[in-house]
Amino acid sequence: MAQLDPRIPQGDLHGKWLRHKAAIPLVNPSNKRKYEVIVVGAGLAGASASASLSELGYRVSCFVFHDSPRRAHSIAAQGGINAAKNYQNDGDSVHRLFYDTVKGGDYRSREANVHRLAEVSAAIIDQCVAQGVPFAREYGGLLANRSFGGAQVSRTFYARGQTGQQLLLGAYSALSRGIAAGAITLHTQSEMLDLVVVGGHAKGIIVRNLVTGVVTRHAADAVILATGGYGNVFNLSTYARGSNATAIWRAYKRGACFANPCFTQIHPTCIPVTGDYQSKLTLMSESLRNDGRIWVPKRNEDRLKPPGSIAEADRDYYLERIYPSFGNLCPRDVASRAAKRVCDEGRGVGETGLGVYLDFADAIGRLGEAGVRERYGNLFDIYHEITNENAYKVPMRIFPAVHYTMGGLWVDYNLMSNVPGLFVLGEANFSDHGANRLGASALMQGLADGYFVLPYTVAGYLAGQKPGQRPPVDGPEFAQAEENVKTMTGRLLSVKGREPVSHFHKRLGHIMWQSCGMARNREGLEKGLAQIPALRAEFWSNVSVPGSGASFNQSLEQAGRVADFLELGELMCRDALAREESCGCHFREEHQYPDGECKRDDVNFAHVAAWEYAGDGNPPVRNVEPLVYESVKMSVRNYK
Amino acid sequence: MGAKTFNVTLRVWRQSGPGQPGRFVEYAATGVNPDMSFLEMLDVVNDGLTAKGEEPIAFAHDCREGICGTCSLTIDGKPHGPNQGVASCQTYMRSYREGDRIVVEPFRARAFPVVKDLVTDRSAFDAIQQAGGFITARTGSAPEANSVPVPKDVADLAMDAAQCIGCGACVAACKNSSAMLFVAAKVSHLGLLPQGQPERDSRVLAMVSTMDGLGFGSCTNQYECSAACPKLISHDFIARMNRDYTKAVFRSAFKPAPADAGGA
Repeated sequence: MAQLDPRIPQGDLHGKWLRHKAAIPLVNPSNKRKYEVIVVGAGLAGASASASLSELGYRVSCFVFHDSPRRAHSIAAQGGINAAKNYQNDGDSVHRLFYDTVKGGDYRSREANVHRLAEVSAAIIDQCVAQGVPFAREYGGLLANRSFGGAQVSRTFYARGQTGQQLLLGAYSALSRGIAAGAITLHTQSEMLDLVVVGGHAKGIIVRNLVTGVVTRHAADAVILATGGYGNVFNLSTYARGSNATAIWRAYKRGACFANPCFTQIHPTCIPVTGDYQSKLTLMSESLRNDGRIWVPKRNEDRLKPPGSIAEADRDYYLERIYPSFGNLCPRDVASRAAKRVCDEGRGVGETGLGVYLDFADAIGRLGEAGVRERYGNLFDIYHEITNENAYKVPMRIFPAVHYTMGGLWVDYNLMSNVPGLFVLGEANFSDHGANRLGASALMQGLADGYFVLPYTVAGYLAGQKPGQRPPVDGPEFAQAEENVKTMTGRLLSVKGREPVSHFHKRLGHIMWQSCGMARNREGLEKGLAQIPALRAEFWSNVSVPGSGASFNQSLEQAGRVADFLELGELMCRDALAREESCGCHFREEHQYPDGECKRDDVNFAHVAAWEYAGDGNPPVRNVEPLVYESVKMSVRNYK
Repeated sequence: MGAKTFNVTLRVWRQSGPGQPGRFVEYAATGVNPDMSFLEMLDVVNDGLTAKGEEPIAFAHDCREGICGTCSLTIDGKPHGPNQGVASCQTYMRSYREGDRIVVEPFRARAFPVVKDLVTDRSAFDAIQQAGGFITARTGSAPEANSVPVPKDVADLAMDAAQCIGCGACVAACKNSSAMLFVAAKVSHLGLLPQGQPERDSRVLAMVSTMDGLGFGSCTNQYECSAACPKLISHDFIARMNRDYTKAVFRSAFKPAPADAGGA
């Protein structure tokens, strides 16, 4: 069994981080340059960590599979970033942001981590403004805010509908400065394919250069994974096509525990699926719920009528009806499930019946078309490009889609996994969002981890490692890991089957959506658990990966990632089956209140499930970290 | 949805690797749905090639929503295809008709060598950024965010420039392969903001000289760059950068050398 000590500092919640920072050992400035730190990924978490660590004096090597660090998928986040600045004078505070996040996560996150996140949130905005992030401003030149789901204050900072892009370009500029200064070595087109563990500590990685196919070994004093989420296990999602679980999955197979893998966020406002060829689902930012009203017809027979012809009295603004106090701004899991329910009732709109309206007629009446364009113009443009419909004239059609994974590698309060020396940041870890993430909190967490948490906590580990004692890359652990990578590449190329990788990815996505999607039950999960190993066997006997391993080969890249998804998907179903309760995104149909809301079981499941790899063919071990709430009282989430 | 499918013929640039000879190869794309994106149409063609054991067409792509800047196709001679203000991934097959012949090439520029087929190496853009495309702001040293007001019109103009996705269509569209629009967008974004003033001169000088050294051509005011830009970034920013550059050259020529900092 893995040892899972969350290392939460003692004492009152508000003082934990302050006291902890004061107690973390420091590394002498002249010694810092003797430590080599590997950062994998250059999204918000990876780029901010790389820049901040290099500024402290550590030698940083940053590895990205993209052709440029600016391509990381953080770039696509639209709506905004939360911070407890209380610029609106509407009663916001660190405590309220903390409380909203814990409640939004349905009491399945770690209290101390979330409080720290809220504490550092304000400094993130300061840092980004200093870097030149062009946030939206009021006429007086001060920063503007908007509202997001799950909160009754206005604390979201934004840069039009491209907040993630601007924050990432800020972090990328800091990264670029470090590269120019020689403090960071950047490796682009470099995919981490294994973690090297020496004497129980993470001491290096194995990397394949995606252009040349050359496999190389890299040693370090600490390894930091900031490789994002794994929602592409569902094939169709709002993720970039390249987003993958390979780095964290290979780390899992080297001993890092995988926490709450079944916690997947299904975002309520995405453009519905149209056809089998589809590769991607596109998000329509949650910010649209500030001004858009969600509805379906009251009567099933109206569902194919032009929306304009359906009288006001015949429309069901179901979120406003069921959740009058939060209305269209209820949390994402709640809004998604409500959409599923009305579609299951046969009231879904569009040809497939899998859609609901997001209607801006009221907002256009109030603000004028120009006013709506000013706030959301780029989103309306995206909608038009994809659907060929003008949402200023007809309501948007939206449906939930896979968007984010709250689960990820288990980390302690220092963001270190149970493998010493292996740190995990951003979406790749599990720590802050519990069973449901609130909108505009992913950007906050990625940057909090990279700018303001890891730079402190990594010293606590490195101070215990003698400088200059990195294991050499010609050691047996490196050789074995490299062999492992080469063997897998060879296996993928040697199957020479008949079906492209996409064929298996689509089928896996279908199984996952059916069995481990917005609603789960024992029967469906057991079916998924039977189907996935069968599909995996078929993949390994019939996948076609043309070309060679010694050159640029996108089929090979994709094949390795899908091979990992075919294993991870099974773990997700296993986790969902073991968690006999409903919480946040994890809705087990067996556990619900008569009104269809989640029924948590705090007696038996107020814990993190951290799965431990036990070797191929053996069932993984389910470790448990109890969640102790000292400050917040666990209660039934109520947005009514 | 439910729309009638159609067939087109693709003439695709195939090149096995950097410096290798390339050639056009014809492929039939059948059963094309007008709601498909251009890249999804290529996915379907590639799946067909893969099932036959042939190497699929390599093309760069990632977010498929027009923001990451990875996709980079020249379609019928136009970077990012026939429509204005979109990236290749936001080009939909409803722009085409039965029987169309579509020529698909990589972004063509000396500074963007072909990696394989339709994939190019655009790391020159990163090199330009590293030369000075930043504001030096060490983590933790920032003042309170609202301590420096930025007039809304200035912030909005900075955002117009900042939304560049770094795709390189401006370079591919320019007959001189100039990177002026890309560089001008970054120089203007940071140079407009009060936070960007201390390094304004050094930034523009360093970025422009790096750009010149990487094999990009000069601007001759054709404005093909703005027309091809998926974010429709205005060529006015090029004029702004030229002003900044000229001022910086003069100022740096007449700047008194700082006294030796010394110290205790």
